[in-house]
Amino acid sequence: MNQALRSLSPTQQVAALFIFVFGILVVVSTAAFLLTFRQRSTAHGDLPSDELKDFRALLGTSWFMVAVFWLAWAAGNAVATFLFALLSFFALREFITLSPTRRADHRGLVLAFFVVLPIQYWLVGTGHFDLFTVFIPVYVFLAIPVISALGGDTQRFLERNAKLQWGITVCVYGMSHVPALLLLSFPDYEGKGAFMVFFLVIVVQSCMLLQHVLTRRLKRPPSHPEISASFNWTTWALGMVLGSIVGGLLSFITPFRAWQAILMAFVACAAGSMGHLVMKALKRDRGIAAWGNRGAAVTGANGLLDRVDALCFAAPIFFHSARWYFAI
Amino acid sequence: MLAKLMSLFLLGLVRLLTGAQARWQGCPPMAEQRIYFANHQSHADLIMIWAALPQELRSITRPIAARDYWTTTPLRQWITTAVFNAVYVARERKADEDPLQPLAEALERGDSLILFPEGTRGNADLPQPFKAGLYNLAMRFPHVVLVPAWIANIQRVMPKGEVVPVPILCSVTFGAPLRLEPGEERRQFLDRAREAVIALRDL
Repeated sequence: MNQALRSLSPTQQVAALFIFVFGILVVVSTAAFLLTFRQRSTAHGDLPSDELKDFRALLGTSWFMVAVFWLAWAAGNAVATFLFALLSFFALREFITLSPTRRADHRGLVLAFFVVLPIQYWLVGTGHFDLFTVFIPVYVFLAIPVISALGGDTQRFLERNAKLQWGITVCVYGMSHVPALLLLSFPDYEGKGAFMVFFLVIVVQSCMLLQHVLTRRLKRPPSHPEISASFNWTTWALGMVLGSIVGGLLSFITPFRAWQAILMAFVACAAGSMGHLVMKALKRDRGIAAWGNRGAAVTGANGLLDRVDALCFAAPIFFHSARWYFAI
Repeated sequence: MLAKLMSLFLLGLVRLLTGAQARWQGCPPMAEQRIYFANHQSHADLIMIWAALPQELRSITRPIAARDYWTTTPLRQWITTAVFNAVYVARERKADEDPLQPLAEALERGDSLILFPEGTRGNADLPQPFKAGLYNLAMRFPHVVLVPAWIANIQRVMPKGEVVPVPILCSVTFGAPLRLEPGEERRQFLDRAREAVIALRDL
């Protein structure tokens, strides 16, 4: 089996991976569908329990994400980069919506959305990796305050600039490392960037998912109630362990050895889960429960940032660790 | 054909930039004859509320456009007539004509209207006092349902004097319909209508 898989071309290997993932989704969805019958016959038409509803929502998101990844991979690198640019755009839109801006910030916002974002993804798409890693931290970092100063409004100047730069760093810079991972060519690993993205996403998501499930089951008191009503160090540690184990099990699709894969998975999970906590602190500061803001006034957003924030924090660290390891 | 394409393009653009989210809090979207009245902070308000309405209502709901702004260039005029099917009103009052006449004609034909009773764009947090047009229309057409609406965030998308819009999520909240009570004073009714719009802000 293993031999047969290894003899396939990289493209066929990635295709096999997608068939496998879609297969799992079909099995799980069928099981969830059958479960609804069983529940109906025992509970006499009661509404499905909250847990099952949550699970269905999660399943829907998984289908959506896998389908997007598949489309991105099948349509080629340019389309993949474009799709991630679109995700960045929507995430930054959510972030800016809930960070109050003043009239003088308008030019800076135009710069962020219509100049910085396209250039960053263009750099990814054309493989200018050296410029891509410094474009936002160096050039944009200095350009934003200049534009702001020219706006001529000094009220909360530092705070407003910091917000905009922070939003760009998380939503654009962080997210753009995912397609970069897809396009970076590792030695003896050409055309298999999709495996690296898959590895990163699965590892981080399984860590976050287990934390979420355990928080519900164990009902431990929150470790930092002022930031998050659910975060607890014990469930966090369990999530980290699971994420690392999943990473170790998946080492055969990566260029890493098993212990290296475990280490990489650990690093990615730590960055992702801590980043998620940071975003929670930000949300608390803004007085909202979710970026999507279900039911409250400000926006009608769908909470995209809630789903991708862990990835935004994990991707750059994972990318640069991998680059450093391969010395490329 | 061209107008259809333009409306699809504008709809796509507004959704991409603002999400164009409609929140029906006080009444469902329904094909009855209505006057939607909302706060007014930007020229984009008109497009925003138009985009937030469902497709079926968009064709029977006509926004009101200020003649002096929306007919100055051929493009603006074409967009407001061919795409939005707008009703023009004059903001400058002339002695011998009734400024509400075009609105009354549209209501007699059975169309719904989108109205900004402040008359002009404000840039304060709260809307300015409402003008009498809403009261006069409510008197003349008692069967038309009056729906208050609050447009949130649109002034951040394109502040006065800027040309490039930035993407920021906006929403339109529609509230419970208002009635003109028998014997209600004009000022009293207009203040009540304004309160109804403001109340939607924090919903």
